[in-house]
Amino acid sequence: MCLAVPARIIEKDGDRAVADAMGNKWNIRITLTPDIEVGDVVLIHAGYAITKVDEEEAQKTWELFEEIAHFEEERLKAEQQGGDDA
Amino acid sequence: MLERIEQARKTIHASCEKVGRPIQVMEVCGTHTVSIFRHGIRTLLPENLKMLSGPGCPVCVTDQGYIDVVMDLARRDDTIIATYGDMIRVPGKGGSLESLHRNNIKVVLSTDDGLTLAKKHPDKIVVFVAVGFETTTPPSAVAVMDGARDGVDNFCILSGHKLVVPAMQALLGSKNDKIDAFLCPGHVSVILGSDAYKPVVEEFKRPCVVAGFEGIQILEGLAKICEQIAAGTAEIDSVYGAAVTPQGNKVAWKIITDMFEPCDGAWRGLGVIPSATMKLKDQYKQFDALHRFGIKEVPTEEPAGCRCGEVLCGLIDPPQCSMFGKKCTPDTPVGPCMVSTEGACSAWYKYGR
Repeated sequence: MCLAVPARIIEKDGDRAVADAMGNKWNIRITLTPDIEVGDVVLIHAGYAITKVDEEEAQKTWELFEEIAHFEEERLKAEQQGGDDA
Repeated sequence: MLERIEQARKTIHASCEKVGRPIQVMEVCGTHTVSIFRHGIRTLLPENLKMLSGPGCPVCVTDQGYIDVVMDLARRDDTIIATYGDMIRVPGKGGSLESLHRNNIKVVLSTDDGLTLAKKHPDKIVVFVAVGFETTTPPSAVAVMDGARDGVDNFCILSGHKLVVPAMQALLGSKNDKIDAFLCPGHVSVILGSDAYKPVVEEFKRPCVVAGFEGIQILEGLAKICEQIAAGTAEIDSVYGAAVTPQGNKVAWKIITDMFEPCDGAWRGLGVIPSATMKLKDQYKQFDALHRFGIKEVPTEEPAGCRCGEVLCGLIDPPQCSMFGKKCTPDTPVGPCMVSTEGACSAWYKYGR
């Protein structure tokens, strides 16, 4: 439940912001991280930025998500093919 | 990367060999539990090193009595229940929220969505099912803060928010003193700061190491733990410096403590733990669902035959429960550790057998 996803702040208005994670845009709150600026990368949990992280750390997570998505696609494809054969 | 994995593995094996006796390390985070299984980390560990899945999944530690209160509130015609998806299938005495099939039960992604529901439906009282550890408590606090500021008088929360450190202390103090060290949760520690584990290290002399969620971080965290056990030291350490500081997120912690105060509360399997549950402060009691609906007491009860409590204390592995994989499966869960995808029983069922 305490999962958090890294995303980049692309707009900011008071304690609200828009964040981009791998092309997905989210409306989030930055109430807990008031020093955040546009361009910063943050960890988001339940709609709230909880901390700033460095670019390198975020990149590793994004790559991991891409890898998981890729595996998932391959798995579904394999399952479908298996289904067709049967 | 392979080099780092090999290095960590070597350190773990060398340290455990030096110690000789059986070692038990508990992870106190549901996301770690899943990650450990998914990465096959157990297969890399020496035979005398055992991982225990502790009370680290908020759904799992939520007492059945709390669920029963949510269910009672959901059956009313004047309420809307707003909940994170994790809670929808957890069974209480009379089934789960999902099994009620009522359209006043709404799954939301944030507390903001709960408050928005209240503004949209002034004729209903929106009850937010507020569970979770320190990471999830600040959003509930902000929602109440916003609600108070905007004069939203039909919004309240049923707080089941929990504090991790007192639970670790209670565990060592009365339930299971065979735990040698803790792998501490990454995102709870973002808020708390790694210094928060001082009582566990100082009072109980158990190493506490914070790790993130990638396989390599978990392995490197375990390597640091095993080195400490071999050296006979007990210190706070972290391999998640990218997100966790010793002091934590002070802004978030201030918002929590402005709105909430610790109280005694029931944890599933651990019973009532002093000062480990969070309730809204008196000045915000109109936002407290217990006050709002005149609920005097949340009953504590556990389903018959369910051994989730012993699993959460690290006293048994899930397969030692006679219902595991038979009466209790992810499709027909009896206990919360099977319901939650982050629960130890669910992870064992999926990856461990």
